[in-house]
Amino acid sequence: MKSLKNHFSLIAALFTILFTIQVYQVLNRSISSYEESLRANYSIVVISDSNLEEASLKSKFSLVRTLEEISPEKVIKRLEKEMDKTSLGLLRASLPKFYKLSLEHYPQPSEIEILTSQLLNMKQIKRVESFAQTHDQIYKLLLLYKGVTQIFAFAIFIVTILLIAKEMRIWQFQHQDRMNIMALFGAPIMLRSAVLFRLAILDALIAATLVVSSFTIIINTGWVEPYFDDINIHITIFNYAKDTFIHYGVALSLSIILALMLVVNHKEEV
Amino acid sequence: MDKVIIAKDLTLSYNANETIINQCSFEISSGEFVFITGASGSGKSTLLKSLYGALTPKQGELAVGGVTMKNISSKKLNFLRRHVGIVFQDYKLIKEWTIEKNVMLPLIISGYAKDVSEIQVQKLLTHVKLNHQLGKYPLELSGGEQQRVAMARALAHNPIIILADEPTGNLDDYSSQVIWNLLEGACTQLKTTVVVVTHHIPETMKTDYKHLHIEHGSIYEVS
Repeated sequence: MKSLKNHFSLIAALFTILFTIQVYQVLNRSISSYEESLRANYSIVVISDSNLEEASLKSKFSLVRTLEEISPEKVIKRLEKEMDKTSLGLLRASLPKFYKLSLEHYPQPSEIEILTSQLLNMKQIKRVESFAQTHDQIYKLLLLYKGVTQIFAFAIFIVTILLIAKEMRIWQFQHQDRMNIMALFGAPIMLRSAVLFRLAILDALIAATLVVSSFTIIINTGWVEPYFDDINIHITIFNYAKDTFIHYGVALSLSIILALMLVVNHKEEV
Repeated sequence: MDKVIIAKDLTLSYNANETIINQCSFEISSGEFVFITGASGSGKSTLLKSLYGALTPKQGELAVGGVTMKNISSKKLNFLRRHVGIVFQDYKLIKEWTIEKNVMLPLIISGYAKDVSEIQVQKLLTHVKLNHQLGKYPLELSGGEQQRVAMARALAHNPIIILADEPTGNLDDYSSQVIWNLLEGACTQLKTTVVVVTHHIPETMKTDYKHLHIEHGSIYEVS
């Protein structure tokens, strides 16, 4: 019963760590997805006297992803009733070229500033509209999300260390008697600690399996995705190949490190 | 007779300030039965610890079974311990293992085949009259029975030396007598060297023995 309790305490600690890692992953993915949707929807409008070439612009500015001409026809059509054909023809000929610049990633305010000033340095570009104020607000909100996530990750790290330290002490008490007695009869270190490693690996496998099963249930019941759909974020809550590998890897690494630290720190009673 | 234990100007201490055994010399021959006596805190157990490598000599020389104990590597120490049987006053049985597995421990460590180990364990537990308790756990047995299990474990791998630290310290007269008989039997029948740390030498001893007495950090042979 006591041994079962000790088993449970390591499984519970590992389960907590792994579950939190997955929650952190989901949060991170939703932020990346949000950042990607911001990037996709954000563009800079450039007004130029002459034609701009996408290739030439991309070679000058690595941040530029695409250059797309905005047709003025929509505006001209609205004026058809008020102006005659000759005036419209003159207007069409005198209008500058409008371009929509989409970027490689969602830029920082400083990047927009630099890009704007560099674009304005080109002779043919008359104006650049970056919608800086709106962008700035959204960018700060994104930074806030990222900051909160990082604090959350740091908190996980601290809790993990504390849980591991606690587990180490429990394991030390639990196993040191047996390891001492085995040492007295000449057992080499690997034989002395074999039980420890066997238990650590078994507990790690159980904890990782529990987390994978929990997220399988969460996905199959489908109560998380609608919340993300509501805010137009489409992410993979649990990637079976990648996340399963991460959980088994982390669980095994942590428990083996824990067992190794016990073995290294084990001192024979004198 | 071959010398199994040789100590020359041996000094033992746990720290720099206090010396427990001070520049002592003695020899123990193969197949000899040796008692080490002395008052509480005189250094009897400390000396025994140095014989199984739990404490390394501060100065002087100590060789056990031909192995020099000063600066001994863990590999050599493990090798030596696989040829030594140790019995403690507090038995030092593994609580979560059955009696059978506890006795089997030295055989597992020495790499004996499972079937050979099982036969040997059966034989020893029959010898100590505990063959009906195979599947029990140490805490289900009395102190005397636990010490008999510890004796069976110490004998399991046919050691060249048995080191016993107050093996009857916690036992009643009957259980004590059983343990003395087993130790004497190991010495006379198996020709195993037996070194016992004790407060009192039992009056019922039939075997010839050597008596080393520790006082004020010195070791004297009592004739």
